[in-house]
Amino acid sequence: MLEIKDLHVKLEEEDKQILKGVDLTIEPGSVHAIMGPNGSGKSTLSYVLSGKDGYEVTNGEASLEGADLLDMDPEERAAVGLFLAFQYPVEIPGVGNMTFLRTAVNAQRKARGEEELSAADFLKEVRAKAKSLKIDADMLKRPVNVGFSGGEKKRNEILQMAMLEPKMCILDETDSGLDVDAMKLVAEGVNALRSTGRSFLVITHYQRLLDHIKPDVVHIMADGKIVKSGGPELALEVENNGYADILAEVA
Amino acid sequence: MALAKLKADTTAARLSGVSLPDGAGWANAARADALARVQQMGLPTKRDEYWKYTDPASLTAADPPTAALFHNDEGPLFDAVDRVRIVFVDGVFDAAASDDLSAEGLEIERLVDATARDIHWAKDVYGVLEARGQVPVERPLAALNTAMATDGVVIRATGKVTKPVNLIYLHKDVASDVTLHNVVKVEAGADMTLLETGPAAARFSKSLEVEVADGGAFHHVRAQGRDHERRAVTHCFAKIGAESTFKSFTLTFNGVLTRNECVLEIVGDDAVAHVAGACVGDGRDFHHDDTVFVTHDAVNCESRQVFKKVLRNGATGVFQGKILVKAGAQKTDGYQISQSLLLDEDSQFLAKPELEIYADDVACSHGSTSGAIDEDALFYLRSRGVPEQEAQNLLTLAFLAEALEEIENDALADDLRDRLEGWLSRHS
Ligand SMILES: Nc1ncnc2c1ncn2[C@@H]1O[C@H](COP(=O)(O)OP(=O)(O)O)[C@@H](O)[C@H]1O
Ligand SMILES: [Mg+2]
Repeated sequence: MLEIKDLHVKLEEEDKQILKGVDLTIEPGSVHAIMGPNGSGKSTLSYVLSGKDGYEVTNGEASLEGADLLDMDPEERAAVGLFLAFQYPVEIPGVGNMTFLRTAVNAQRKARGEEELSAADFLKEVRAKAKSLKIDADMLKRPVNVGFSGGEKKRNEILQMAMLEPKMCILDETDSGLDVDAMKLVAEGVNALRSTGRSFLVITHYQRLLDHIKPDVVHIMADGKIVKSGGPELALEVENNGYADILAEVA
Repeated sequence: MALAKLKADTTAARLSGVSLPDGAGWANAARADALARVQQMGLPTKRDEYWKYTDPASLTAADPPTAALFHNDEGPLFDAVDRVRIVFVDGVFDAAASDDLSAEGLEIERLVDATARDIHWAKDVYGVLEARGQVPVERPLAALNTAMATDGVVIRATGKVTKPVNLIYLHKDVASDVTLHNVVKVEAGADMTLLETGPAAARFSKSLEVEVADGGAFHHVRAQGRDHERRAVTHCFAKIGAESTFKSFTLTFNGVLTRNECVLEIVGDDAVAHVAGACVGDGRDFHHDDTVFVTHDAVNCESRQVFKKVLRNGATGVFQGKILVKAGAQKTDGYQISQSLLLDEDSQFLAKPELEIYADDVACSHGSTSGAIDEDALFYLRSRGVPEQEAQNLLTLAFLAEALEEIENDALADDLRDRLEGWLSRHS
């Protein structure tokens, strides 16, 4: 599904190398987790994959189902099936959540040469999906993320993911700022989307999200590189001992 | 050259060989008075302080510039709204294209018919509000309009009228140079909505004088046409009585030069006056100027100015807005905001917000901002699959939304929003 080879990334404006050779292969239908200390480059990896400005790829490649991601505009990456649930979802005053969702769904369909969803079908689908995430009608009407609580913003990300039905979902600290109930809700939303044709990359600091979204592979990222990979037990090790031991061991 | 000489020369050139329209009755005196005002003030030049940001040369030139016609397949605005349509083609009333001028609660006449009568209510408004509006800032082009106007309508609202009156200004002649003048009187407790649509002419001078009596309400929604090369100077003078409401909104898209002056005088207590505008300017030759002057001369009144401009490809936007609170106008609540969204570094927004307050118990605020598109919001939209241009259009509409919200009638606001959406996407 997602194939990253020796990815090196620096800031466009500064001479600062952030990713220093990331290798990662995610098979269809699998769930990978990335853990790592603050500032190790996890968000940068997710931004570079989704096409945010301000970063320069100095070496390496990244592809989704064989298609070169790094050559595409952000909207093209979305249309081929990449989705990023933002660590900090953006507020957009003046654009209604519903308008935003419908515009996004139909733009992707159009880009893929599919027919646009009718207003009625769209409404039906969005209502059902919103309901399972406990997103009420008022939240759908309000401007995108404006005045939403931290938890509401994260649920809104999952709603977008559910509506867009991407192939490769990257979740950047979707659990941060959530209480236990909200986290369960988000995890249920994610688990409902799990399927053989869809993969997940879950970026998190905490084992507790991985109790709900069971990963197949866990990676530890430090200083711009994946320094260790393993099974779910690796996450438990981090939970119990922190990163110090692992980092010392690979140093 | 000294400014006085420059103005005198400009005025002489413009008026040379010009004769006032020969109506009959009271209008001749009003026109002669207005002409005297023009001669005394002199026409503006770009060296006048009030025209610092906008060059009036093409508005005052003796030889009017031409403007190519803009052909499109857009139907008329507000077409689904039940309204009284009054059509002017290049400034000439077109009876055949217009609806019957009789409407419940309204008296509508052509200006030429009203001025031909010896006694007419419009005599107390025509040129009268314009003359009041010449102090403290001179507006010679408005006086010129009063002197020269060849057509227009006078409307008296006597009841609560739900059906809007739509003045439709069609532009069919590349060389039309048009001066129109409309007069409205909203009687005590009456209520009406005036719509103005269309590009009007190659060069268009238009005045609107509105008197709102106590407890009256006047709603005004205007869409200035898309013809790229057209030029317009418009004035709105309103005298606003106690417990009355005045609300005006203007949408502008295209036109190389637009100067919209709005001069509001609140003379009765507990009144509300709002004026708002949204404009989209595209191209180095686009210049749009909103000049607003609100005078509070009564107690416990509210005024609001909300102006939003989207500027791209080197376009220029101007806002000059003033709130004057006279001595004794206590409990005034005055608000003014002007904002621009600059879509590139070549475009510019020039703002001159002013407050002048002679009462001590008032709450007045003003603000002006210029900003670029929110890159984070743009990326967020694109990451969801929305193409860049469409994402930019969405954010542009969102920016203008606050001004459009000033329109009370949802059907009219939705029509403008839809049209704006179409314009933005077709443009891209
Ligand atoms: N746009 C940026 N400008 C400046 N520094 C940045 C930028 N993006 C990332 N960084 C820096 O790169 C490093 C990695 O950041 P980030 O990817 O956010 O880490 P993580 O998500 O693992 O906490 C940090 O040192 C951070 O300060
Ligand atoms: Mg991060």
